[in-house]
Amino acid sequence: MTDVGAAHPGASTPAPDVGRAVVHTTGVEKTFGTGPTAVQALEGIDLEIGEGEFVSLIGPSGCGKSTLLRLIGDLTTPSAGQILVNGKPASRARLDRDYGMVFQAPVLMDWRTIARNIELPLEIMGFPRDERARRSGELLKLVELEGFGGKHPWQLSGGMQQRVAIARALAFDPKLLLMDEPFGALDEMTRERMNLELMKIWGQTATTVVFVTHSIPEAVFLSTRVVVMSPRPGRIARIVEIDLPHQRTVETRELERYFELVTQVREALRRHEPDTTTMDELEAARIRAEGLG
Amino acid sequence: MVVLLAVLVVWELAKWLGGDPWRIHGTVLGLRIDYEHLPPTHWRIADDLSLPHVWDVARAFVDPAQRNGPPLGLVLAGQALFTFREAVIGFVFGGLLGLGLAVWFVHSRLAERALVPYVVASQTVPILAISPIIVSATKAGWLSVAIVTAYLTFFPVTIGALRGLRAADQRAFELFRSYAASNRQILWLLRLPSSLPYLFAALRIAAAASVIGAIIGEIPAGIPDGLASAIINYNQYYVTAPERLWATIILCSVVGLVFVGLVKVAEGRLLRGRYRTLDLG
Repeated sequence: MTDVGAAHPGASTPAPDVGRAVVHTTGVEKTFGTGPTAVQALEGIDLEIGEGEFVSLIGPSGCGKSTLLRLIGDLTTPSAGQILVNGKPASRARLDRDYGMVFQAPVLMDWRTIARNIELPLEIMGFPRDERARRSGELLKLVELEGFGGKHPWQLSGGMQQRVAIARALAFDPKLLLMDEPFGALDEMTRERMNLELMKIWGQTATTVVFVTHSIPEAVFLSTRVVVMSPRPGRIARIVEIDLPHQRTVETRELERYFELVTQVREALRRHEPDTTTMDELEAARIRAEGLG
Repeated sequence: MVVLLAVLVVWELAKWLGGDPWRIHGTVLGLRIDYEHLPPTHWRIADDLSLPHVWDVARAFVDPAQRNGPPLGLVLAGQALFTFREAVIGFVFGGLLGLGLAVWFVHSRLAERALVPYVVASQTVPILAISPIIVSATKAGWLSVAIVTAYLTFFPVTIGALRGLRAADQRAFELFRSYAASNRQILWLLRLPSSLPYLFAALRIAAAASVIGAIIGEIPAGIPDGLASAIINYNQYYVTAPERLWATIILCSVVGLVFVGLVKVAEGRLLRGRYRTLDLG
């Protein structure tokens, strides 16, 4: 019995509905470092993300939102608790290539053309050449970069590069898209345009998205749910359901409900105002720990 | 080119001020020229023995190496070609060894910890002392010369490649991890491509070193066909014909420059347009 959770929900794990949840975490903790310098980054994270959801993780720096995303992607391992992705342990899901990852920086390979960058995961996964070319053609169209396939990354603007990174993450049709502040480095106007495009892509692909951001309007505009996190140690402070119309457009940002929700998220964040000194401590511990590993 | 010209001017200026007296006499375009120059001072380093005239060195290339033999330039060119061949073979050996070690080290912390100190130590041993040992141990003629050359060239390649194989962004490694890429795929699709600019910088150093290595290796190997024999030979006749040793030195450096130039051309071919910043300095 390999798929413990999926086969018998509740049999070995207490949570119900594990089968349909794309991401399911129970009692997840993460501590960086050991001994007296150890810092707890996450504590008691119980979170369930259903299929087709768009969930944003928001919070001040040091609240562990990126760490949580990296745990889901099995880029780091939890100190305690369990993480299931598509009903499997996160490490299994990674090996099964269940998710696509987008970082704050586009992380494109300079020596590859744009098309070949998009094809990179397909090449690693052993797709035949013509299939790869067809896929990158489709994706270039999806992210509106037709005609740029033969260019090299440094010949594109920051926003375009990030669109390439998104296309690359979508290339192998992952069921889950993990995005770590993907638009954090872009200017406000480009960011808003990218938000609209991301919504369009999300509508077309029906992927589940976990999205880390520190922008309240961005989180509200994009998400079906916003997970507000608080630091010291990182915890889920509140989950705000975003009951805006499913179709997000330019007008969405003018809805009264949109402003109400922005205020709700802002207040949830304010109630858990961080203490800056410990935030720095946490960051330093994280860097120390990752430097070792 | 400008620098070369400046060097020649300074060279002759030094001779003008502190060299030995010299005279030109002959007929140019029907005019009889008879000119004698007496430098105002005398510096030992600028006399004809230490610093022959530029034109004497130039003429040494054209003059026969032996009575009624082919011009020295031609003889030296043949020897240079021979040495160059050894250098190239040693460079290829050394390059492959260097890259192989770097790939090994990048995959094995243990191997890196255990061996890198010895890799560094290998270069603190005087090559002059170790080359006779290599030559007598291998007894392979020009092949042992190539081994001496490889001994000198693998080091910059190992260090440069090691740096390059780790040069990719940490996030890029995480990206490959998220694709569940194998170590081999990480090597071929990420580590090696991102190491190329570093690798080529190292190969340029290795190319220059390989010519020195080949010349030094030829000495204990007693190879008569290379530049080392020319250097030893004209060293012995330095008192009577210093311009010949100078001519040989110039040719040695030309061989090195040509080799480095070839590596640069390959670098340009391979990297230009594929990498953001390509500093071909």
